[in-house]
Amino acid sequence: MQVNEQLSKDFILSIDSLTVSFDGFKAVNDLSLYVDENEIRVIIGPNGAGKTTVLDLICGRTKATSGSIRFDGLELTKMREHEIVHAGVGRKFQNPSIYEDLTVFENLELSFPKGRSVFGALTFRRDREVIERVEEVAEMIFLKDHLHTDAAILSHGQKQWLEIGMLLIQKPRLLMLDEPVAGMSVAERIKTAELLNTITRNQSVIVIEHDMKFVEDIAHRVTVLHQGKVLSEGSMERVKHDPRVVEVYLGH
Amino acid sequence: MPAAGFLFSKKEWLYFTILAALLLVVMPLAVDVFRLNLIGKYLTYAFVAIGLVLLWGGGGILSLGQGIFFGLGGYCMAMFLKLEASTPAATKIQSTPGIPDFMDWNQITALPSWWQPFYSLTFTIVAIILVPSFFAFVIGAAMFKRRVGGVYFAIITQAVAAILTILIIGQQGYTGGVNGITDLRTLHGWDIRTDSAKLILYFVNALLLIGVLLLAQSVRISKFGRLLIAMRDREDRVRFSGYDVANFKIFIFCLAAAISAIGGAMFTLQVGFMSPSFVGIVPSIEMVIFAAVGGRLSLFGAIYGALLVNAAKTTFSESFPELWLFAMGGLFIAVVMAFPFGLAGVVKDHVEPFFAKALARFSKPSPEPQPQAAE
Amino acid sequence: MIGDYTYSEFFSILAMQGFAGLILFSVFVLMALGLAIIFGQMGVINMAHGEFMILGAYVTYLCSTLVTTYLPAFFPYYFFLAMALAFVASFSLGVLVEWVLIRHLYRRPLDTLLATWGLSLVLQQFYRSVFGAREVGVTLPDWMMGSVSVSETIEVPLNGLFVMALTMIIALGVYFIMYRSSWGKRVRAVVQNRVMAGAVGINTKMVDRMTFGLGCGIAGIAGSAFTMIGSTGPTAGQLYIVDTFLVVVFGGAGSLIGTIASAFTISQAQSTMEFFLSGSMAKVLTLLTVVGILMLRPQGLFSLNIRR
Repeated sequence: MQVNEQLSKDFILSIDSLTVSFDGFKAVNDLSLYVDENEIRVIIGPNGAGKTTVLDLICGRTKATSGSIRFDGLELTKMREHEIVHAGVGRKFQNPSIYEDLTVFENLELSFPKGRSVFGALTFRRDREVIERVEEVAEMIFLKDHLHTDAAILSHGQKQWLEIGMLLIQKPRLLMLDEPVAGMSVAERIKTAELLNTITRNQSVIVIEHDMKFVEDIAHRVTVLHQGKVLSEGSMERVKHDPRVVEVYLGH
Repeated sequence: MPAAGFLFSKKEWLYFTILAALLLVVMPLAVDVFRLNLIGKYLTYAFVAIGLVLLWGGGGILSLGQGIFFGLGGYCMAMFLKLEASTPAATKIQSTPGIPDFMDWNQITALPSWWQPFYSLTFTIVAIILVPSFFAFVIGAAMFKRRVGGVYFAIITQAVAAILTILIIGQQGYTGGVNGITDLRTLHGWDIRTDSAKLILYFVNALLLIGVLLLAQSVRISKFGRLLIAMRDREDRVRFSGYDVANFKIFIFCLAAAISAIGGAMFTLQVGFMSPSFVGIVPSIEMVIFAAVGGRLSLFGAIYGALLVNAAKTTFSESFPELWLFAMGGLFIAVVMAFPFGLAGVVKDHVEPFFAKALARFSKPSPEPQPQAAE
Repeated sequence: MIGDYTYSEFFSILAMQGFAGLILFSVFVLMALGLAIIFGQMGVINMAHGEFMILGAYVTYLCSTLVTTYLPAFFPYYFFLAMALAFVASFSLGVLVEWVLIRHLYRRPLDTLLATWGLSLVLQQFYRSVFGAREVGVTLPDWMMGSVSVSETIEVPLNGLFVMALTMIIALGVYFIMYRSSWGKRVRAVVQNRVMAGAVGINTKMVDRMTFGLGCGIAGIAGSAFTMIGSTGPTAGQLYIVDTFLVVVFGGAGSLIGTIASAFTISQAQSTMEFFLSGSMAKVLTLLTVVGILMLRPQGLFSLNIRR
């Protein structure tokens, strides 16, 4: 693979020789990855390649053993999770991770970036700005009519959208989505692709996905991970015809 | 979650009115001062139960060490009262007059320096709130910042309760040991043992409890309250929505501790002594059952739960002492297995629909929509 | 010189207190093994574990009384019988409790904690009704009463050595059952993926029941050992439950070696400090140290960095 020679400040995210080992097993091994401003990057790879671990490392859920992750001039490996969020990184989990005991409105409201301290939360008021923003996001994620529904009774697809909405309301500069269409019906997939296409227009996005059709629809560039390392990188067209990728992943 | 209305929904205001009437009017009229004092004692446990509803019901954090804070609050109050009762004149038969009697019995000849500030009532009142909060802050910060929760937190708090009890019993020269701090008499010259004082203290206690209930409710309906629920469901999601989860847990743990401590201080005032038997493992876990019986999610339930369980305990242990532990044990099991939402759950699932149906049938406002719990 | 003692005196004291702590160590290990198996394998917190131990102690007491009355000739050997019966009694009660109570509460650790606390109250009152509130003691056979002199100043109590040897045998046995037998393989399969284990034909319910019974049975044997250091009363078990939980957590739940090492550290620290301080301060210091270390290292002493 070619190491990019450009200065790192041109990238919104630059990962350099990142390694993490669990009990001797290197889930991510000397990985380097660069994401441009406003780029949609898709990470693919077989199970256990370290895709989710990379997202965990970026958002601070897992601490790196060595290496660096720079985002917008900040060294993320030294920051705590909520500070990374404040810096502008939003992350969606693989399984829909929403608050089932709260309504759709409350789910979105809690993600609205205001009143994030203890005191702020105690004195938080549901003002016009909050309500308008919640309604605006709810419209985007097709849940405008379900604002006061308990999140528990949403369909699987709707839960995925809700979690995407919870990220959108934060206005992150880097959005990370872990298998956003997994478990969705065909109709839901189409709607989701449409949703992602609108929201990702002026935003950097990292997506992990297995659905190749979906990947081709949205990806600007594709990174293939294998055993914690970058196996191949480039346009979908190029990656698809890389013999190593065919061997370990696409497998035909 | 309540949507409309100030602080409570309409239905909750009705429950609130019933509770206030019960505590402030019905009880004082219905029973004599002795019984009223007993009820006042039960109500001091309701403070702890309210703290647990916030902490455990709201935040999913089970503390088995709430006796620590109840006890610390109670001991702070007891230290003040004991110093007032230990004037040189009242203790002139001691070898060192002017210090608490138990210190004299343990050959201590001067008041320890950390007892000195408790001559001041202002300091004492501040200490009742701040000492337990500080303890809770230290425990909470150490545990929650390192993401310790669930059963580990429960066990550690239980261990701390055990440590504190052993320490109090072991250091009897400074703490009164296993007997605790006894023989408390006056508060700024006002004799707290008279019937009129007991009556006044009952009302002070009841009003404080109602105040704490309103405070707890205002926390619950704030965004903070919804965040607690969110944390209980999906802690990681809250963290990755930009919140420092540990700070929220520390705050609610400190708040629950401070509320419990007010209960402890009122206990000392009404009962006239404080001892390690209200601090340790057994009382702490019993306090959890008050909240569980009332319904771990319900602030009103916490108060009824504390009243009911303690009234039952008094009745049982007077008449059938050998049955009490069976009943208490059974209560723990039943609440977990059959009634996870306690009395409040029963009211919500059975009583409310019943009255709703009755209302619909007669299409007229019906009377009292809740059975009276205690007494 | 250390304080008022010479080095050799000091060393002897350490050694003597260390050996005196052997029985406490054994009780901790046996109790903690049972708790750790049950918690590690099923996510159940058994607050009634102390009462299972006390059941074993009462069984030992009954054996001692019955054998003295009816079979005095057998007395020197009754302890072996007592331990076997203690295991059987606690095992059976454990299986019963699992069936009535625990199986409804899997993966709700906080709820099991409260329910088993209720169970412990019921058992305590049951013991009080059956055996009376007074504490009872056990007479040991003569051959267990002596001690071996290691040096002029150091004597090792025989019963301590006996119990410790026994504990080691049981710990090894548990290791073999859990990690070397096909039954252990099934238990671990259920832990890792209950649904899948059920799908490949493992009777997960039976595995759960037997695991719980085994944990309780080991507590029963701990009860037999306990009769040597304390008198048996209805609430004696409650005093041990918090200590034992700390042993499990301190050792890092799920690690057999960790559990044993942490039982050793805690019992030895307590036993040694008891010589220099009052018993209650020794306990306060031990518990405070353990809690302090757990606050700094909540995963316990012997846990691994696991991929989440």
